[in-house]
Amino acid sequence: MASVELRQVRKSFGSTPVVHGVDVSIADGEFVVLVGPSGCGKSTLLRMIAGLEEITSGEIRIGDRVVNDVAPKQRDIAMVFQNYALYPHMKVIDNMAFSMKLAGRSQEEIHARVDKAAKILGLTDYLDRYPRQLSGGQRQRVAMGRAIVRDPQVFLFDEPLSNLDAKLRVQMRTEIKELHQRLKTTSVYVTHDQIEAMTMADKIVVMNSGRVEQIGSPLDLYDQPANLFVAGFIGSPAMNFLPGKLVTKWGGRGVQIAPDCVLPAPANSESDGSDVVIGVRPEHFDIGASGVKAQVIVVEPTGADTQVYCRIAGHSVTAVSRERHTFRPGDTIDLNPAEGKSYLFNPASGARIA
Amino acid sequence: MSAASRFFDNRNVLGPLFMLPAAALLLFFLTYPLGLGVWLGFTDAKIGRVGEWIGIENYEFLVTDSVFRLSVFNTFLYTLVASVFKFVLGLWLALLLNKHIPFKSFVRAVVLLPFIVPTVLSAIAFWWIYDAQFSIVSWVLVKMGVMDHYINFLGEPNLARMSTIIANVWRGVPFVAICLLAGLQTIPPSMYEAASIDGATAFQQFRYITLPMLSPIIAVVMTFSVLFTFTDFQLIWVLTRGGPINATHLMATLSFQRAIPGGALGEGAAIATAMIPFLLAAILFSYFGLQRRRWQQGGSDR
Repeated sequence: MASVELRQVRKSFGSTPVVHGVDVSIADGEFVVLVGPSGCGKSTLLRMIAGLEEITSGEIRIGDRVVNDVAPKQRDIAMVFQNYALYPHMKVIDNMAFSMKLAGRSQEEIHARVDKAAKILGLTDYLDRYPRQLSGGQRQRVAMGRAIVRDPQVFLFDEPLSNLDAKLRVQMRTEIKELHQRLKTTSVYVTHDQIEAMTMADKIVVMNSGRVEQIGSPLDLYDQPANLFVAGFIGSPAMNFLPGKLVTKWGGRGVQIAPDCVLPAPANSESDGSDVVIGVRPEHFDIGASGVKAQVIVVEPTGADTQVYCRIAGHSVTAVSRERHTFRPGDTIDLNPAEGKSYLFNPASGARIA
Repeated sequence: MSAASRFFDNRNVLGPLFMLPAAALLLFFLTYPLGLGVWLGFTDAKIGRVGEWIGIENYEFLVTDSVFRLSVFNTFLYTLVASVFKFVLGLWLALLLNKHIPFKSFVRAVVLLPFIVPTVLSAIAFWWIYDAQFSIVSWVLVKMGVMDHYINFLGEPNLARMSTIIANVWRGVPFVAICLLAGLQTIPPSMYEAASIDGATAFQQFRYITLPMLSPIIAVVMTFSVLFTFTDFQLIWVLTRGGPINATHLMATLSFQRAIPGGALGEGAAIATAMIPFLLAAILFSYFGLQRRRWQQGGSDR
């Protein structure tokens, strides 16, 4: 096991820069998730850690060794690919044993390690099958087994669950997390799915167009987003954003989003009249109490909660309530942001004000 | 609905009906000549004379015929050596073309040229290259001081065998290379990435990833290559006509020579028919032995 340290890592393909100076430090045994929309450079970053892409500038350390010019096989890492990259012409057992065979380990050691990994993953009955004869979830497990047998310093996962169906994805998510709790190997996990990131990570790195937007624990990112991007990316359904001007009202601050519509805002030191964006999570709208008027457009009951899509002064807004309401489309309801649960952002820079 | 239209709506009627034209064409243009050839092999037909059934007399004679036996040996030597070289060179060329090289598509097009040029044309070019007096190869070697006389490429038995094999390899390599290149491009890059993380060197990646994953295509391509080489005729006929002293006579050229210029239709047909078992054996070998591996079978892409 080892820590991983990225310092001012940059990557350009030809003259196109795709990663602009990323600093991340990953502690020994930590499970870190790189998350961001597609094309944000998260996979490229992972491939640079693996050694599959060259580093244009900056420094990557695994343990206390700078690995910029170290070949992938000498980095002591294991990677799980999005398409699993299982060798189709080898049986499961040979897929898992391949790296140790190349390293010239003894037959007994190879068998012992493969058996152990197969037991952990429940693959013992499938060792003699070819990858084609396995289901998606089983292939996924073989790909992890291939990583586990090597007992590497760092596990790298490149969107390993995106080829599975929704149910299996949730199941494998738990399995991977459980596996990490058991093996405690430093892991770097790339995904575009913020729910995967929230549920699995010790620490999340949110990336956008080649830059790190914020690093923190899942709940930190949820409670204290640094900017509009992180606020909108983390959480589902996504946070509502309403542009307006700061005013002083009711002895506190408010955001005027329409001539007759003011939402209460968190305390801040900006001057009245400055442009701001107020952000409220759907689950932080109180429905039915006094508040701003909203027209109901669609109501989606999911059983556990009800999602209400409505319109406030021309802006689309989503509210989620645990109670079962009987609104109909066209009704007018009152929405009020829960106290202390709204955020203010600077619309120009995107940075959070309060 | 009338009886006739119901009759034509029946799948069991309509199917064979649609197949009829194709089946008739096949029967007429494929089966008839093949059957006639095999039948001729059992007769003593000569040009201008309808043959009589003589059983396996032609074959009995051929077994004792030293020229026929030499031609069988030549055919095997020619097929074996040429196929091995075609495979090795073709694979090497395919691996080169699979790399990122400048003017990639242009180079790939150029590689195909020997395959596109009509065989007779390239044979004539080689004939000129191998000419006893005007050979450019001899000329270059003499001018460089490597040799002091011109080489009689097509005049000596073993030299002639080597020269015809080289010409055949030159012609056959592009087909093998392009097919293997297509096969190489179906191997996902992540295989090599996974292997390089697993610690495989470039050679080990070739040995454990490229070669096994390419093996189904290799089997198909080499079967075709062996069939083409075994039945080669044009190249030999233009270059040597089977000479010198029958050293380059293949079964195909001998068959033609005995049957058409020699007039012994029955005997020529018997030689041609004698090729069929060998060709069938080659096809069956590749079909059962190589083409479909266990790892390609079973399970859908779930």
